[in-house]
Amino acid sequence: MQARLELAGVSKFYGETCAVDALDLKIPAGTYCCLLGPSGCGKTSTLRMIAGHEATSRGDIILGSSNVTDLPPAKRGTAMMFQSYALFPHLSVLDNVAFALKMRGIDKAARHAKARDLLKLVHMEPYAERLPAQLSGGQQQRVALARALITEPQILLLDEPLSALDPFLRVKMRGELKRLQRELGITFIHVTHGQEEAMAVADLVVLMNGGRIEQQGTPREVFNRPRTAFVARFIGGHNVIARDDHEIAVRADRLSLHRGAAPREADALIATVSEVEYQGSFVQIALSSTAGDLVAQLPEADFDAAPFAVGEGVTAAWLPMAAHPLEGPHL
Amino acid sequence: MSIARTLNDARSELVAWLQAGPMMLVFGLFFLLPLALVIIVSFWDYNEYEIIPRFSARGYTETFEGCLTELPNLCTILKTYLKTLKLCFLVWAITLTIGFTVAYFLAFHVRSTTWQIVLSLLCTIPFWTSNVIRMIAWIPLLGRNGLVNSGLQKAGVIDKPLEWLLFSEFAVVLALVHLFTFFMVVPIFNSMIRIDKRLIEAAYDAGATGWQTLRDIVIPLAKPGIVIGSIFVITIVMGDFITVGVMGGQQIASAGKIIEVRLNALHFPAAAANAVILLGFTFLIIASLSRLVDVRKEL
Repeated sequence: MQARLELAGVSKFYGETCAVDALDLKIPAGTYCCLLGPSGCGKTSTLRMIAGHEATSRGDIILGSSNVTDLPPAKRGTAMMFQSYALFPHLSVLDNVAFALKMRGIDKAARHAKARDLLKLVHMEPYAERLPAQLSGGQQQRVALARALITEPQILLLDEPLSALDPFLRVKMRGELKRLQRELGITFIHVTHGQEEAMAVADLVVLMNGGRIEQQGTPREVFNRPRTAFVARFIGGHNVIARDDHEIAVRADRLSLHRGAAPREADALIATVSEVEYQGSFVQIALSSTAGDLVAQLPEADFDAAPFAVGEGVTAAWLPMAAHPLEGPHL
Repeated sequence: MSIARTLNDARSELVAWLQAGPMMLVFGLFFLLPLALVIIVSFWDYNEYEIIPRFSARGYTETFEGCLTELPNLCTILKTYLKTLKLCFLVWAITLTIGFTVAYFLAFHVRSTTWQIVLSLLCTIPFWTSNVIRMIAWIPLLGRNGLVNSGLQKAGVIDKPLEWLLFSEFAVVLALVHLFTFFMVVPIFNSMIRIDKRLIEAAYDAGATGWQTLRDIVIPLAKPGIVIGSIFVITIVMGDFITVGVMGGQQIASAGKIIEVRLNALHFPAAAANAVILLGFTFLIIASLSRLVDVRKEL
């Protein structure tokens, strides 16, 4: 039932353009993996190649012990949940979920019983007879999820599953995706461009850029030890600061602001406050300095004890242990 | 406040009537009025040389003359309608098959919009010439000494010319299919182009074969186009008399032809009665087709 997925040197060319460049990736069984990156980074092409909706130009996709590179989607043991769900508009919720079983020639009573079980799993049983157009976005997503799960896939592929939902629902649904993944114990591969979303759900974050993997690891590893300036900027909450011959990343909440000189053991930059944003539990302060724009996050209480005003000159300081050295740009 | 609102309502109502006005006028003047006249005339009396504006059901009774007494043999009118229905069914089935295939190719296999437009325009080229010319163009092709017969004879496939190529039911069906397939292509293409391509992918993901996708996804979603195209073709073919006349060598009877013959004989009430019968008949077919799909939703 459970199988690990391995991509070995997988590439995708569209004519002359290279969308995915010799990707090597191993995803252990039962992992919640997020393919993260800006648009055009190759994450969707990668997902579609795993699904079998896009042919690989080069390389192999291995699921468990079998090479599935040239198999059609339904023979791979994967199932895909499409962006904006792609529910069949002329079929009821029940028939949408039972569709894959109908294609396998399973009789009506059996496939409807199975479909009802899955609707129960996603709490959509009362809506079985409705048409997709009569459901809200969140409900449609649950139905799409049930439809993808009915074939009992080893890997569920989710293409930007939360992008069609409003922010509140997005947070709620990502929690449910995580719960479902934990309960089913299968691998989820979730494509997103939202780093917050990826950090919240993923066991394994794979950050992509320009068709290559920029960094992979647990959300904590990626956030605390960004490998390159691109990762530090994309993942957010970091300042990328140029030092003599290399760049360092300093977390925004590790930056301290001082009116006079900085503590002796700390590194420091002279800066001017350009914006102050209240964010609830912390206050975000944008700074401009000779080394570029910086962001500092101060706990609300610290800020209130000694507030800074826009235009004020300050010293931004960080302890050497808070500075994380970055590698040069990916070669 | 409430007076202002009432005035506003009255004004928007007036605007709505004005906007609908021109269409209502055209519809009333060129459709309802003539239709009413035809129905009235169909109940008038007539003799060899004049119409007598006096109530009579003669137009109808003469049309159905002998239909009861000749049983179990069919009377002329029923035979003619059966013949027309058969022609209509053949043309419908063939135009549907070809039209669906062409539309499917245009909608799903031609990727670029530019090519879709170019190929659709290509389908309209036959319409650059008149209906009659397109029909007559078949004659040098299919005639006794036409291109097809002489070609087949030279190739040694046949010894003497095939007689059924021209002035036959075959020729009528061929010409009608040629004339009206495009009326099937357009609405079906229009329905298909609205099908989200991701639905096809989702079906493939669920393990559907090409045929299963066609049966369970494409055909149900293209049904409105299929019904609208069918309505076009059926209404045109049921009333056709020119194509049936020219391509059938004036030897094949059809519902439209009866009306023409009556008109030529100046039996206007009888022609009107036949027109009303044909209208009723066609209306029944359309009504039953409309039950299959809510056409209004698609417009």
